[in-house]
Amino acid sequence: MIEARALQKSFGAHRVLDGVTFRIERGESVVIIGRSGGGKSILLKHVIGLLAPNAGEMLIDGENIAGMNERQLLRVRRKFGMLFQSAALFDSLTVAENVAFLLWRERKLSATEIARRVDETLEMVDLPGTQSKKPAELSGGMRKRVGLARAIVYRPEIVLYDEPTTGLDPVVADSIDQLILRVCERLDVTSVVVTHDMRSARRVGNRILMLHQGRIHVSGTPDEIFASNDPVVHRFVTGVSDPKELLF
Amino acid sequence: MNFGARNRLVDGIVTLGRMALMLGEVVRSLFTRRLSGADLIYQLHFIGVKSQSVVLVTGAFTGMVLCAQTYFQFHKVKMDTATLAVVSVSMSSELGPVLTALMVAGRVGAAMAAELGTMRVTEQIDALRTLATHPIDYLVVPRFLATVVSLPLLTAESIAVGIAAGYFVGVYLLDIDAAYAWANMLRYSHAVDVVIGITKAFIFGGLVALVSCYKGMSCREGAEGVGKATTEAVVIASISILVSNFFLTLFLTRLLA
Repeated sequence: MIEARALQKSFGAHRVLDGVTFRIERGESVVIIGRSGGGKSILLKHVIGLLAPNAGEMLIDGENIAGMNERQLLRVRRKFGMLFQSAALFDSLTVAENVAFLLWRERKLSATEIARRVDETLEMVDLPGTQSKKPAELSGGMRKRVGLARAIVYRPEIVLYDEPTTGLDPVVADSIDQLILRVCERLDVTSVVVTHDMRSARRVGNRILMLHQGRIHVSGTPDEIFASNDPVVHRFVTGVSDPKELLF
Repeated sequence: MNFGARNRLVDGIVTLGRMALMLGEVVRSLFTRRLSGADLIYQLHFIGVKSQSVVLVTGAFTGMVLCAQTYFQFHKVKMDTATLAVVSVSMSSELGPVLTALMVAGRVGAAMAAELGTMRVTEQIDALRTLATHPIDYLVVPRFLATVVSLPLLTAESIAVGIAAGYFVGVYLLDIDAAYAWANMLRYSHAVDVVIGITKAFIFGGLVALVSCYKGMSCREGAEGVGKATTEAVVIASISILVSNFFLTLFLTRLLA
């Protein structure tokens, strides 16, 4: 269970999160939407403890991680897998070494078992036979799949996705959405997806939270969000800018 | 004190504090975490083995020019045979460790800061943290350990090659009497000079690794940030070596000599 209580985060004078409160139950698939630069990725980094809030609490299974130091957080992070926007693969390692990274570090499994888990996970993300390739040899979509394989190979309880379809063509983006659904279904994980791709949000989420002006503006099922009459939500969902708003 | 100077002073103190915390974390990790042998060997190869050519060339030519210049001055007062004693003591306690450390700071320090800086701006360090791996354990400790092990060995090589090259120049090119030169060298050079040099190299190794890793890990966003971190790593490490060398000379000479 993930729970944020009145999270606040500022960078200098700019307040990005201004009292964010939400709760995500085990097994849910939640999508966080919001404008670019609105703090969605910052919020996701608070969930896994990559950033610490200025105020408020971030509870993971009832444990407040907001005040933990880096070593204490390592234990909590073992529950998470995270797919980064840029995939963030280790470019000096091969695909297999990237995927097996944590398994090798933990030294709990034999080399044969690790290789089997890597093969199985790469199979799950539709990338069999790429074990010996380097990240530089992969396309954007393939890098995201390897990033996802690395995030799920050790069977985490929660998987976080930071803009998983950004920068991908609609067909590849759809395949990533299918993968997210497949991971959710096969591994029975809690998913938190940050995106501004509304097609993707509708497909992968069973609940949508909208972050607006540093707070959770609205929470609801995809159907509720898409049918919402709230002007902020409606404009975002339909992709229509506010004429009064200066965008650039 | 004006506002800008005060800000820079505060920034400097904050940076020193953060580097001290990083050093504390490195030492703690060294004693409490299991180090990956493969990572350490890779870094030893990169830092130690691959730096040998540049360090040997630097040591050899420094020994040669030191010998020639000392000879030109000593020859005026008929002290030719003391030339190699000066070369030996200078190479052992000062030039060997300082020049080796400066060359390693340029070659290895820049590479460390650029590599870690790039990892930071491409979110690879955040990815490490999400994989329940402390960046200090995986990235900094092998580099730190490999540098503090490699630099004294490289310095020993540099000292040996510098003295040998100086001997060659003095005896075969400048016609210094080999027997007297050798006798004077042994008379005025002591094991403590080498101990001082190697001790300095050990400390310089820690400085180079710490400054370079800190600069890489605290790199700001973008290509410009990586470039700046790399430049700052080399400049700060080099200045730290030169400044600390003065104090180490005073301290170690009083302590050991």
